[in-house]
Amino acid sequence: MASQQNHADAHGAHDGGHGSLKSYVIGFVLSIVLTIIPLVLVLNDIVEGTAAKVVLLVTAFLQFVVQLVFFMHLKEESKPRYNLMSLLLGVLLVLTIVIGSVWIMTYNKVG
Amino acid sequence: MQERKMRLSPREAAHTEVGHGGHSAGHHGHDEHHEHEHESLKTFGFWLFLMTDCILFASLFACYLVLHGNTNGGPTAEELFEMPGVIAETFILLTSSFTSGLAVLAMHKKNLKGLITWLAVTVLLGASFIYLEVDEFLKMVHEGATISTSAFLSSFFTLVGTHGLHVSLGLCWMIGLIFQLKRHGITPVTMRKVNVISLYWHFLDVVWIFVFTIVYMMGVM
Repeated sequence: MASQQNHADAHGAHDGGHGSLKSYVIGFVLSIVLTIIPLVLVLNDIVEGTAAKVVLLVTAFLQFVVQLVFFMHLKEESKPRYNLMSLLLGVLLVLTIVIGSVWIMTYNKVG
Repeated sequence: MQERKMRLSPREAAHTEVGHGGHSAGHHGHDEHHEHEHESLKTFGFWLFLMTDCILFASLFACYLVLHGNTNGGPTAEELFEMPGVIAETFILLTSSFTSGLAVLAMHKKNLKGLITWLAVTVLLGASFIYLEVDEFLKMVHEGATISTSAFLSSFFTLVGTHGLHVSLGLCWMIGLIFQLKRHGITPVTMRKVNVISLYWHFLDVVWIFVFTIVYMMGVM
């Protein structure tokens, strides 16, 4: 019975998830704004050092979310949310590889 | 998941039959349903590929982050990067991500002409992105900053070049798809292909955002 349920949901998963012109335009405007913010702040030296890094990484992450929600329609996926689950696994692997490598190599200076 | 796959196998057979035998009127609606499910499973399969592609890029990013200070007496990121070109590339790619979305939108309205037009616009934007990137690479090489100059430049060219290669591949793929759409129109199969390539394109945009932020912006900071 559970598989019957799965089947029905899986069918619906790609039916509704194609968004509207409005969501694409909002996503586009947001991604432009999120590109301009770090450009203005960092290239004009309004923020520096660690603060600048934080601004850069936060706006990049927000852009990532904008692409997922407004362009890839991740929010509109119906249950079971296999796309979201595999994405979370992907993010976990990416963070492990990047942060792990940087962490180890930072303290790996011999002598 | 396993169960879903098992359930599909007889349907796959039905799908192939449709493919070979053309549209048999009696089963049409029925087969279309199977076909639809089959195609959405393929889209999910492509999504899984994108997640593994993330791992490829994660490794290259990790490599760059570890090596970007090792310039071996060669130019540093700050001396080398010219931001105007990179900023242009960024806005071009952002816009192309938007236009590929508009293509999908036109497809769902069964507007074949609009779909092909937006795909063509996306191809043009993608091609100008590649033009700017190749131009940037050539300038660097002329200045003596080649892939073998330093560990920084090896990891830089590998990371940014891999992204550029993905975009170039996407361009060929999109041009091929435009020809398919002209020949077959909007069918469940071509719809899935358009969905998949738009996912791919948004994915490349996401990767570029991180290239732009981590390589270029942090490089010139």
